[in-house]
Amino acid sequence: MEMPKDIRKADPLQPSGHDLSHVGREHADVTAVNASEGRSLYADRQWVYPKLARGYYRRLKWALMAITLGLYYIVPWIRWNRGPDLPSQAVILDMQHERFFMFGLEIWPQEFYYVTGLLILASLTLFLVTALAGRVWCGYFCPQTVWTDLMVAIERFWQGDRNARIRLDKEPWGPVKIFKKSMTHLSWLALAIATGGAFVFYFADAPTLLKQLLNGTAPATAYMFIGIFAGTTYVLGGIAREQVCIYMCPWPRIQGAMIDKDSFLVSYRDHRGEPRGPIRKGEAPGVKGDCIDCKACIAVCPMGIDIRDGAQLECIQCALCIDACDDIMHKVGRKDKLIGYTTLADLEAEGTGSSAKPKLVRSRTMLYFGLIAAVGLIMLGTLSMRSVLELNVLPERNPFFVRLSDGSIRNTYTIKILNKLHEPRTFAIKVRNLPNARVAIAEGGAEAEAKITAPTDAIGETRVFVIVPEDKLADLSADAHTFDLIVMDVKSGQESHRTTTFRRR
Amino acid sequence: MSKHHEIDEATGVSTTGHVWDGDLKELNKPLPRWWLYTMYACTVWAIGYWILYPAWPTVNGYTKGMLGYSQRETVMREVQDGRKAQESFRKELAATPMADVRKKPEVLRFANAIGAAAFGTNCAPCHGRGAQGFSGYPNLNDDDWIWGGTIDDIHKTISFGIRGEHADSRAGEMPKFGIDKLLEPAQINDTAEYVLSMSKKSNDAAAAGRGSKVYAENCAACHGEKGEGNKELGAPNLADAIWLYGSRKDDVIMSIATGRGGKMPAWSGRLDDVTVKALAVYVHNLGGGK
Repeated sequence: MEMPKDIRKADPLQPSGHDLSHVGREHADVTAVNASEGRSLYADRQWVYPKLARGYYRRLKWALMAITLGLYYIVPWIRWNRGPDLPSQAVILDMQHERFFMFGLEIWPQEFYYVTGLLILASLTLFLVTALAGRVWCGYFCPQTVWTDLMVAIERFWQGDRNARIRLDKEPWGPVKIFKKSMTHLSWLALAIATGGAFVFYFADAPTLLKQLLNGTAPATAYMFIGIFAGTTYVLGGIAREQVCIYMCPWPRIQGAMIDKDSFLVSYRDHRGEPRGPIRKGEAPGVKGDCIDCKACIAVCPMGIDIRDGAQLECIQCALCIDACDDIMHKVGRKDKLIGYTTLADLEAEGTGSSAKPKLVRSRTMLYFGLIAAVGLIMLGTLSMRSVLELNVLPERNPFFVRLSDGSIRNTYTIKILNKLHEPRTFAIKVRNLPNARVAIAEGGAEAEAKITAPTDAIGETRVFVIVPEDKLADLSADAHTFDLIVMDVKSGQESHRTTTFRRR
Repeated sequence: MSKHHEIDEATGVSTTGHVWDGDLKELNKPLPRWWLYTMYACTVWAIGYWILYPAWPTVNGYTKGMLGYSQRETVMREVQDGRKAQESFRKELAATPMADVRKKPEVLRFANAIGAAAFGTNCAPCHGRGAQGFSGYPNLNDDDWIWGGTIDDIHKTISFGIRGEHADSRAGEMPKFGIDKLLEPAQINDTAEYVLSMSKKSNDAAAAGRGSKVYAENCAACHGEKGEGNKELGAPNLADAIWLYGSRKDDVIMSIATGRGGKMPAWSGRLDDVTVKALAVYVHNLGGGK
């Protein structure tokens, strides 16, 4: 970009301190700032051609990919017997019936704070792991990384490794190139559809939905979501790749606050490697560092960066450069782990010939650990005390009370019973602290015995009448008398109550 | 890039050449080009939206868009779809005899639901949103029914109205004992005392005693000897705790003097049969139905 060194000097209205007697033959200190050369405000994307790395971390990543993708595809197919009328799928987010089932756990919409708790636990765990070993999430577990890795593997299968792919891209279009490129994209699309297809199984009974999907009778929303997820998988994993991490994801910006000088990071040991340079015959040993500047670490990097520049926002810490560098170091007979997991503190100490012991126990990690333990304990506590019966009482407000022909006063309450057991339950409705009151439920206008049956795993709702005779009204404590409305499970005797008011006028 | 571009030492990134305050430089970090394309794509999308959907206000209206989308029409269609979805329930409610509605939970729930909606629109202006009633407009939650509280009685009252023009309207006139000078003011006063004494609200035993004779001659034929009322004639029960026009002595004197005679319109012609039926079910279900 062509710009003057000091823009103020280029301003013709500002005298630049030159001797004005020379006006006319003054040499203007100005540059054509908008000259066509180098005017672009936008950076073209440089395609990254990651080379296949071989070594421990590559094998670890294959294994983790198999586990994470395996879990993703298999979990919806795990069966879990909950009895009749309930889904027999171990993990299912049942939107239609507003239930979230996870093995033995069942969450109602009212209890969504359990999910909030799980999310808090997940983020705290992420903080802890980042404080200990940097962006482990980004490098090994993030769906963006896992799917991109798989997409690159597919690309490599059809088009060959790095050099072959670069050559192919430079070649003019011909039958072979068309075949290789189209097979790559078709395979990506197939993977994308399989990804979206697996996702919808978390929201409906998997075997039923699969049958419906295959014979075309699945709900339109299922196809729509498969489409959306297939589209995003194809675009983000196949095409956008590292651009997602660099430009879309907030986590790289946050992680800087999570790591410190004791976090294990994929680092280049510059004190060992520098000054870098290729091995030349007859060169005295010890003049150059261990790094032979072969750029193997750059070739395998899926983010297209140079780890030797130090910790940087773009680095997802996938550790593939460790494999690449170790391979070269073995070949040239030098010590491995020129690039390796180490802490900034250790890196600094090694530079001066000593070493710093890794400090796993430090205030940051202990804080995260303590928070995880606390949140986990609170969640366990609330889960173990989770009530299988919940009662809501809504007093009728319009009118507050009704005078009956015998002079007695009737109040009406709508009660809702949340029966979280997997069997229908019958409850008797009673009052406490309201002497001489009669309780009945509204049934087709007439009063009926005060009982309500709540269906399996659902809400039972009914209107309840509480009636106090005219001559007993004076016994109430106030015009709005406070009392307890109780429901009792007829079979088990389990009770729940809500305090509400009875209005006599 | 420029021939003169300068590389910032600390970052290794070229600078734009801008310098502020002598030494403050700007690193050259151009936006990725695909961001630009994303913006173009959004712009194209927006223009497509303007063409297809209602978008720009004009002096007299707005641009309609090629798809002819209208939220109002969407709502109307949804209302029609709702009605279509109700159709089977409406048919079943129409086919179910009044007495059996309670035995079919699905039908009962449907009748209650559309009955509540119809009540809010048609009945609430007089009877109140909660059917709590006002002076002269009965409370429909209680168990006192002037024209009968069985579901069939209620259905008939709603269908044909009270003291209205419909041939089958509920009819029953109370004489205007004061206005038409059928009774002396003193007699009306005594009768009022007697009526109040039936529910132990009288403080003047002597007047009530005199009133009992007037009552027996003029009122008992319709309201009954003990004030129990007559639902055939729409003569209210005078001995219970519920007073349509109030239980103060002045209210009772006014009732005797003017005959009151509140009216209710017939709904059978205004609302369809199923809605009237649902209203009967809803009112009967409020808590006082017999």
